Amino acid sequence: MGIEIKMPALSPTMEEGTLAKWLVKEGDEVKSGDILAEIETDKATMEFEAVDEGQIGKILIAEGSEGVKVGTVIATMAGEGGEEAPAPAPKAAEAPKADAEAPKKAESGTSKLASEARATVQDPDLPEGTEFVKTTVREALRDAMAEEMRKDERVFVMGEEVAEYQGAYKVTQGLLDEFGDKRVIDTPITEYGFAGIGAGAAMGGLRPVIEFMTFNFAMQAIDHIINSAAKTNYMSGGQMRCPIVFRGPNGAASRVGAQHSQNYGPWYAAVPGLIVIAPYDAADAKGLLKAAIRSTDPVVFLENELLYGRSFDVPKVDDYVLPIGKARIMRPGKDVTLVSYSIGVGLALDAAATLAEEGIDAEVIDLRTLRPLDTATVLESLKKTNRLVVVEEGWPTCSIASEIAAVVMEQGFDDLDAPVLRVTNEDVPLPYAANLEKLALIDAARVVAAAKKVCYK
Amino acid sequence: MAKPTTPRAASAKAKAAAPAAAGADHNRPRPETPTDYKASKEELLEFYRQMVLIRRFEEKAGQLYGLGFIGGFCHLYIGQEAVAVGIQSALVPGKDSVITGYRDHGHMLAYGIDPKVIMAELTGREAGISRGKGGSMHMFSVEHKFFGGHGIVGAQVSLGAGLGFAHKYNGDGGVCVAYFGDGAANQGQVYESFNMAELWKLPIIFVIENNQYAMGTSVNRASSEDQLYRRGESFRIPGIQVDGMDVLAVRGATEEALKWVQEGNGPILLEMKTYRYRGHSMSDPAKYRSREEVQAMRDKSDPIEGVKKYLLEAGVSEDDIKLIDQDIRKVVAEAADFAETSPEPELAELYTDVLVEQY
Repeated sequence: MGIEIKMPALSPTMEEGTLAKWLVKEGDEVKSGDILAEIETDKATMEFEAVDEGQIGKILIAEGSEGVKVGTVIATMAGEGGEEAPAPAPKAAEAPKADAEAPKKAESGTSKLASEARATVQDPDLPEGTEFVKTTVREALRDAMAEEMRKDERVFVMGEEVAEYQGAYKVTQGLLDEFGDKRVIDTPITEYGFAGIGAGAAMGGLRPVIEFMTFNFAMQAIDHIINSAAKTNYMSGGQMRCPIVFRGPNGAASRVGAQHSQNYGPWYAAVPGLIVIAPYDAADAKGLLKAAIRSTDPVVFLENELLYGRSFDVPKVDDYVLPIGKARIMRPGKDVTLVSYSIGVGLALDAAATLAEEGIDAEVIDLRTLRPLDTATVLESLKKTNRLVVVEEGWPTCSIASEIAAVVMEQGFDDLDAPVLRVTNEDVPLPYAANLEKLALIDAARVVAAAKKVCYK
Repeated sequence: MAKPTTPRAASAKAKAAAPAAAGADHNRPRPETPTDYKASKEELLEFYRQMVLIRRFEEKAGQLYGLGFIGGFCHLYIGQEAVAVGIQSALVPGKDSVITGYRDHGHMLAYGIDPKVIMAELTGREAGISRGKGGSMHMFSVEHKFFGGHGIVGAQVSLGAGLGFAHKYNGDGGVCVAYFGDGAANQGQVYESFNMAELWKLPIIFVIENNQYAMGTSVNRASSEDQLYRRGESFRIPGIQVDGMDVLAVRGATEEALKWVQEGNGPILLEMKTYRYRGHSMSDPAKYRSREEVQAMRDKSDPIEGVKKYLLEAGVSEDDIKLIDQDIRKVVAEAADFAETSPEPELAELYTDVLVEQY
């Protein structure tokens, strides 16, 4: 046996992909740089190149196979000098990120961060017998934009790679084809500039949806988000509207280092004049993005890259719009309240499942909107459980968790049977090394431990 | 007098800078060299009236600041009157849009907005155009398509490009005029906006009001290319340098700029060479320039004296001019009275207008 060709990881967050097409067949001679196959990730279709010279031996995974895990052997290849030649160790892996060489693959802290855990209760506002469609968060966001663009000529999408590239994370896929380049606009790499142009266009009566490739880059543009978009209505005595949506992925991705891994929820939630939304599942992503686009106020809409590919049930309802500023009880319980938002909700639900096995009945609340914060739902739950843990994929200092703790202390002090605990990331820039990254990020085990602590168990 | 970027001045500096690029430059279409606007007697009278209104209004604002009626920052437009009046006289109110920085009182007056509600905003009263919640730097009139009034240096350039984007998107035929100073001309977002505005051929006139000093720093001390009308060149935005102390030169250049933009050529840059007589804001002692420099400018280039000369040439009598002056003094005095006596905002106003909708 010569060289094993393995399913490559083609993006930081890729775990599996579709082997769309083989461009070689068994027995073909290939040299370094030849394209072996086309692989579809959830973001894009990528060409997979040969690293070594040799002859294709067996093709083990047929084209069209979906869900091929990264690292799976997809074909074998006889190395240089014939079938018998032993594979030189340093060249063993076709994909640089596959693990042929390393005995143990470094596991990212984010591999356990993105749960697909569902709400255990249906939205009480949905009528009995509502049909659901399994949809990824990515598709749900796209559907929300497309529906609003069909409905309202003033809505347009602007950002880096949103049009011809079909979205850096494929969220805007297909929009250019349907709406054309007047309404789906590629910008240069110029966040400050296009955030300002978007805000100006909103002041001029349009409804821009401004995509940041990630919210890390929105720091370049934060002046327009805060000084131009959030404050103008107030400063003008209510004359100047700025109905704009700033959206994009937020929070830790996978092994992308400190500058590309940050949760800006607490930053924007601190600013009067902004609406801040951070959904967890696909239904909320859709219903809340539609609401955000319709809102007359400026909205910061924080998505999560690790959740984009996760599938959830989205109600098959015409015009599914959710109220802004309303938290959602994802799992009712009576012993302890777990409050979270965005990717933390999945961990809270996972933790609740573990706690249930140990006889602790946890209630899980998804805040969904960070500003205005639905404190009433949190306080109501506390009245029932008397114990509260906040779960936040972000830093602890001046966090949403800190804010919830303060609100609970001010308004729910008498309902507390234990101090409020915060489960947050460690108070450090996010490290690259997989083991350190894992250590820095929250996980369900820490949520379980905190919940048990407040239950004195 | 207006100086367009083409034909390039045959200065040694220009030749040395880009000898090879000159040929390519000449192949690009360029706006015509503007000529001074031929104003009718009525138009001249209106220019004079507006410029005197701005001057007297600003002097009064300075007084009220000294008396403590106006607080915070207050940036006066005295000396620069010809710029806003000349440009805005060429625009179509309700169709074209205007946006500027924090030195905004003059632009509002030139757009025909009631001096009373402007002055009442300066004094922070309920009757102010922003209900007292904006102040000198943050005034808007959506009705007049006057979009502020922005306190962050350079922000109005990106926002203005967005207004231009909206004009194009809506196909309403409007043009945005985005004013900024020589100081803002060094902000990065200005060039991000230049790039996109030209790339997308947005209908926008970028106006640099070069009053020579960014707060206390002169243009020469802050700008590697101090001929600011050239600042759009690397984005293929043509620039014209204009005598911003002469309202007819300003209006003439604006006509040319409007033609350029309305023909679908994309943005254009006008550098208005002007001068502010007062400090940067009320708290600026202006020690960075000599008293003689300011006096020389007042004596030789005052924009109001300039229009007065045109009026006299057009056969308007000194008496008629005096009548206008008296009328303006009355208007300004009434505005000041109104602003001093109007009540402050209701305390409940603190919580209004944060968001538009209820959640």
